[in-house]
Amino acid sequence: MSTFYEDVQKIRARYPEGSRSAALPALRLAQQKHGYLSREALEETADALDVTPAFCYSVATFYDMFQLEPVGTHTIEICTNLPCGLCGAQKVVEAFEQELGIKAGETTADGNVTLRAVECLGGCGYATVVAVDHRYRHHVKPEDAAEIVGGLDG
Amino acid sequence: MADAQITTLLGGTEDHDLTKLSEYQAIGGYGAGLERARAMTSDELIDELSRATLRGRGGAGFPMGRKASLIDRKSAKPKYLVVNADESEPGAFKDRQVMATVPHRLIEGCLIAAHAIESKDVFIYIRGEYLTEYEILAAAVEEARKAKLLGGVEITVHRGAGAYICGEETALLESLEGHRGQPRPRPPFPPLQGLYAAPTQINNVCTIATVPLILDMGAEEFAKTGVPSSPGTAIFSVSGNVVRPGNYELPLGTPMRTLLYDYAGGIADGRELKAVIPGGSSVPALTPDQIDVPLDYDSLGAIGTFFGAASLIVVDDRCCMVQLALRSTKFYMHESCGKCTPCRVGTRWMVQILESIEAGTATTADLDLLENVGDNILGKVLCALGEFAVYPVDSYLWKWRSEFVAHVEQGGCPFHGESSLEGILAPSDMHAHTPVAQEALV
Repeated sequence: MSTFYEDVQKIRARYPEGSRSAALPALRLAQQKHGYLSREALEETADALDVTPAFCYSVATFYDMFQLEPVGTHTIEICTNLPCGLCGAQKVVEAFEQELGIKAGETTADGNVTLRAVECLGGCGYATVVAVDHRYRHHVKPEDAAEIVGGLDG
Repeated sequence: MADAQITTLLGGTEDHDLTKLSEYQAIGGYGAGLERARAMTSDELIDELSRATLRGRGGAGFPMGRKASLIDRKSAKPKYLVVNADESEPGAFKDRQVMATVPHRLIEGCLIAAHAIESKDVFIYIRGEYLTEYEILAAAVEEARKAKLLGGVEITVHRGAGAYICGEETALLESLEGHRGQPRPRPPFPPLQGLYAAPTQINNVCTIATVPLILDMGAEEFAKTGVPSSPGTAIFSVSGNVVRPGNYELPLGTPMRTLLYDYAGGIADGRELKAVIPGGSSVPALTPDQIDVPLDYDSLGAIGTFFGAASLIVVDDRCCMVQLALRSTKFYMHESCGKCTPCRVGTRWMVQILESIEAGTATTADLDLLENVGDNILGKVLCALGEFAVYPVDSYLWKWRSEFVAHVEQGGCPFHGESSLEGILAPSDMHAHTPVAQEALV
């Protein structure tokens, strides 16, 4: 099995020499490995990219999909931008909050599920859009919350 | 036997699974059109694209052939084609359907467009959230590569990581180079110095995926659909309070009313139409008496709004326009990259003023202040994001002013908790919540 370092070198080879284009894919890989971008993960990424940890930190903090703090094993992300909002997304948020016993932005006490409101996911015609572990569910209604939460591994 | 000629971007998807190379080739894909393009010189191909008057489908509507003609082909550096698949404009979900259902049409478009600018390197920058679409597109590229259809062109599908601003072309280039996605000052413009400081052409997914149709049909035939200033079809994303929201591919120039009522089935739940935001959430909204406008760049421009991303958000009479303005502005505040002070600070001020209007603590002077803050963003920033925050809010303030005034005069929201956007949570509101103890986490 290849190491993280080797995997990053393979990504770097796809882009022009001397560029930092591998930064986003490498950070994504580090996040998959560590669960989130801890200090250790950022240092490991920096080493593999041959840049400073500060550079990795500055890039990671810019993008919503990079997590700088621990998150749950599963993520439930609900779009609350205008099109979903006009079609009742807030009621969907509240149904998940009730089902999980947490507020949006929080993680369940057992560390299993992180619930978030997110900006437009690009599924506006199929409101409300909910990304469950990064896979889109369309036309989600408040009454679907129990089934979606129940379908997650423990 | 080959099917009848395909003339639309989503054409063929009714009867075929066009994510498969064999089925795409069965309807003529990677066929005569591509061959014709490859037999042409760059100049001939650019001329063909220019005669088709294909206008960019990403938002600005810049003619694609003219864009290609600006590339510094004499440069000793590599030339790059970058496809903007960072679709993030609230209301837009058309690029996603193109990538998920006709990925090979996009790839064929890349090959033709790359040939026009003598490029051997194509990058498709797809927003990070589009995981399924990424997998489909990456698999299609691999399939085309194995079938030796790429003709020496390298196509790299590069995933973003969640940032609206990366749909702005210079921010996209920064992000593709591995940096924070903050826009660059222009000049230099990308055709001279873009990706890795080399000549770069950047086009939207739908623009590039339309190119094979032009080569199949010929520019003259292509230009017969739509209106002379904007030929062809466009995929219109319809969302919000309509009976049948979804993507509809129609000729440019189709009346908005036809799209909203004949195709999308009119206003849902027996409600009244209140507003249409026609190009994605960043453009000025239209009132119900304006919806006979033809859906093309110039007609929408003539009534003070934009074609934008061809994404119509339909708002019914249950919605409070102050709440609409507030939720919209929270988005742009959240997505401001922080580089230019007027946008970074101004969007926050706009949110604060709108919050006070909604709460009923604002005065009439605050309505003028809101407009004033907007005026101090417009034209004073490097990219359009700050302006995208201001355009819609200004339009709500001008066209539905009485509603803003009612909040001030009544000391609160006249919808009394019944607005469709009542209490809507924005990601920027979540900071108030306490995270759980770290030891409880995996």
